[in-house]
Amino acid sequence: MSNLNVTKNNEEQHEAASNDRHQHLNLKPEDFRKIDTSGLNAEVISRESVSVWRDAMERVVSNKLAMICLFILLAITVMSFIGPYLTPYDYETNDLMNTNQPPSKEHWFGTDDLGRDMFERTWMGASISLRVGLFAALIDLVIGIIYGGIMGYFGGRVDEIMNRAAEILYSIPTLLIVILLVVVMEPSLFTIVLAIGITGWVNMAWIVRGQVMQLKNQEYVLASRSLGASASRIIFRHLIPNAMGPIIVTLTLTVPSAIFAEAFLSFLGLGVQSPAASWGTMIEDARSAMKVFPWRIFFPALFISLTMLAFNIFGDALRDAFDPKLKR
Amino acid sequence: MKSDNKLRNSSIGQTNAQPLLEVEDLHVSFDVRGGEVQAVRGVNMVINKGEVVGIVGESGCGKSVTAQTLMRLIPSPPSRVKKGSIRFAGEDVLKKSEKEMQQLRGGRMGMIFQDPMTSLNPTMTVGRQITENLIRHRNMSMKEAHKRGVEMLNLVGIPLAETRMKQYPHEFSGGMRQRVMIAIALACDPELLIADEPTTALDVTIQAQILEVMKELRNRLNTSIMLITHDLGIVADVCDKVIVMYAGQVAETGTVHEIFNNPKHPYTQGLLESIPRLDDDKSQPLVPIPGTPPDLIKPPTGCAFAARCKYTMDICTRVDPGLFECSSTQSARCWLNHEMAKEVHA
Amino acid sequence: MVRFIATKLMYVLLTLFLLATVTFFMMKAIPGDPFMGEKKLPPAIYNNMIAKYGFDQPVWKQYLTYMNNLLHLDLGESMKSANRTVNNIIQNSFPNSAKLGLVAIIVSVIVGIALGVIAALYHRGLIDALATIVAVLGVSIPSFVLAPLMQYFFAVKLGWFHVAGLKEPLDYVMPVIALSALPIAFIARLTRSNMVEVMNSDYIKTAKSKGLSKAIIINRHALRNAILPVVTYLGPMTANIVTGSVVIEKIFGIAGIGKYFVESVSNRDYTLIMGLTLFYAFILIMARFLTDIAYAAIDPRIKLNSRGGGS
Repeated sequence: MSNLNVTKNNEEQHEAASNDRHQHLNLKPEDFRKIDTSGLNAEVISRESVSVWRDAMERVVSNKLAMICLFILLAITVMSFIGPYLTPYDYETNDLMNTNQPPSKEHWFGTDDLGRDMFERTWMGASISLRVGLFAALIDLVIGIIYGGIMGYFGGRVDEIMNRAAEILYSIPTLLIVILLVVVMEPSLFTIVLAIGITGWVNMAWIVRGQVMQLKNQEYVLASRSLGASASRIIFRHLIPNAMGPIIVTLTLTVPSAIFAEAFLSFLGLGVQSPAASWGTMIEDARSAMKVFPWRIFFPALFISLTMLAFNIFGDALRDAFDPKLKR
Repeated sequence: MKSDNKLRNSSIGQTNAQPLLEVEDLHVSFDVRGGEVQAVRGVNMVINKGEVVGIVGESGCGKSVTAQTLMRLIPSPPSRVKKGSIRFAGEDVLKKSEKEMQQLRGGRMGMIFQDPMTSLNPTMTVGRQITENLIRHRNMSMKEAHKRGVEMLNLVGIPLAETRMKQYPHEFSGGMRQRVMIAIALACDPELLIADEPTTALDVTIQAQILEVMKELRNRLNTSIMLITHDLGIVADVCDKVIVMYAGQVAETGTVHEIFNNPKHPYTQGLLESIPRLDDDKSQPLVPIPGTPPDLIKPPTGCAFAARCKYTMDICTRVDPGLFECSSTQSARCWLNHEMAKEVHA
Repeated sequence: MVRFIATKLMYVLLTLFLLATVTFFMMKAIPGDPFMGEKKLPPAIYNNMIAKYGFDQPVWKQYLTYMNNLLHLDLGESMKSANRTVNNIIQNSFPNSAKLGLVAIIVSVIVGIALGVIAALYHRGLIDALATIVAVLGVSIPSFVLAPLMQYFFAVKLGWFHVAGLKEPLDYVMPVIALSALPIAFIARLTRSNMVEVMNSDYIKTAKSKGLSKAIIINRHALRNAILPVVTYLGPMTANIVTGSVVIEKIFGIAGIGKYFVESVSNRDYTLIMGLTLFYAFILIMARFLTDIAYAAIDPRIKLNSRGGGS
């Protein structure tokens, strides 16, 4: 490295110094032959540019906490399918001789006030929660993409009117609408999913809108437009794939809020009806007997919190992975 | 101290130049995922009192990092100064406590940043942003500071200064905001003004105005200026001395005259060929420099520019040339300046 | 400013009007009438009731009557609790809900901001990690899980608080924690990320280059800009706290609006449902409205004559 002060300025002194400096190299004239640099260039060209997708996926996979959460979610999903087959009981048969049992060898998670096996009911709850989350996310996705896509793509007046409508819907608290809908229709899983679905898509629509607006002015879209590509082709070939990242993130975070909404309604007695078991109803049942049989609240409370936790953390990890601002 | 040498290091027109800022063998690295980015690798420079020094180079060559390290503005971690020294008016900047640094910043060193749209606090009136500086460093009262603030706004050419003091940054245009930034940076009469690409984000016509303001203030206040830019045109316009940086090192340094008329480093030559010049023969085409700068996580062993250079020689890929002095004021980091190269290629 | 407020207010009224209409027709869409489900009422009384609530009128006429009453702020009479008007129920129960809600809002804002700022200042440190954990837990544990657990441990087991009720100041602790957990988590997260972003912004660099001390940089330059976006969350937060209060009032046996709302829903007390829904909506929409105005007033960048900055 050069320790030479730039400012040293005595020319003779410097010539000497520079020769000194390189003496140990034993420089020969052939060292100063011109060489071909094409090979050098290829090797120096900076780090390969990874696609956004692979980049994001790599970052999620390298995030241990997110992977643990994904594993928990997979485990809960699997258990919601096979859990019911692991014991000789089912979720709805009363056993009045064995009510309010603590966890034991016979009933791994104990029994409720009607002697129903809590292990069975917990996984039934898991299945209900996951179904609600999944379907709510699907409805969100479909309405959000269509509505937001139209807003963003056409812009102008269309956008303004649709945006106002969305704003009005958004300003009404979701749970109020959900409760009203549940009151009007009979409380059931279907009603809840529908209600959550039709009120929850506004955020998704805005995200799609923002993405579309941002992307539609980018050069490659302009390019394919100038080549005469149709609107639908541009939307499906260019816009949607590029907007996928934020959409997936939003979906992942929609699921826990849908799960929460279902449990909330069931807790209030407006959701899934007995004998079907939702985590919300199980918590409400256990709560009223909490003083005497405190263990009954443990498993439904644990699993709903765990599921929401896992979805939230995983969703956050996804968001961080897709957000180029956080690239370090 | 080699003060005898330094005294002779006079640049244009400054016979009794005194060094204000001396940077010696500065190494700055960033710790990132996947390694250590060696952003600055052994930079030497001197800025004398009243001198305007241009620092030129592509983005990522370490010029901004150098500048911000001078004021110790880069958070550490992730950055750290690995080696070297920075002396400002004879005092070692790197050894100062945070408290002492605060005295220095804003008081004796001012800084202007690239993007005037984001470098002013959006929720604070412009007046307040100028006066807080004065109140802190000059112990002025609110009233005195306000008066001085209005003066400064007038000085940088903002009309209706009294009203403007009460406005928020979003009520100013880009050029006006940069004027405000200059007013803030110069409010306390600093000895050194560091301008980090002060005109890059502005329209060409506004650029010229801002440069005009800076030139005028420099003449009036005799402030030393470190002007960071990638625009050689600006350098020719306002600077006395030029430092060309490449891949975290000084590639070439010299007076404006030397750099423009007799560049000794192929990179400098490349930069000059890649800008349009009015006085040029139209038949001479613009020549871009091919390739991209090296990855500073693993800098190349030889000359950093070897892979992009037209004249690459065998030695270039193996040994870093170090700086060759070509005159009392010019030196270049290039093997072509070795007498043996001159012989071989003669 | 006046125009800005006027536009916003117009949307408030429009939203309320739409909501009232939708609620009305939704209630009308329910097959049968509210008195059918009950034990067979004697025909005379049944007809009486039908006439009293105007169910014998054509729907459009009922709608007009309803809207007209709304204009006079008359929300009608409860169908199930004899001789109680909806206004009356609101008058009696709202103070309880309001007290609890306000305390929860204040606690959420203060604790949330403090947590977020501290986490940001110790970015990537231990405190940051702790704050992040609190935030994630707050978002993930539903209030109706947190509340019974607190009741069991702090009231039943440790005897620190009363299990239920809202008479003494100490009675506020558990319901407020249960209500604030989620908003605290949200605000802390929002504040932290804003603060981190602001601390990395150019104007903080400018402030540093002016030689200001760290305390001044944080207090004068960073905090204000970091907290500003939190203001926009106040509207949705109120919504969160209000909907949360529905279950929390039930769990802690507090005679607030939430309790009546749940009751009205399970009793199918349609006028009460409609009335309370509108009342809730009114509060929440007003909260949003005030938030928008507050934001516009605080942030000098928002031009008050252009369309609002709410979304």
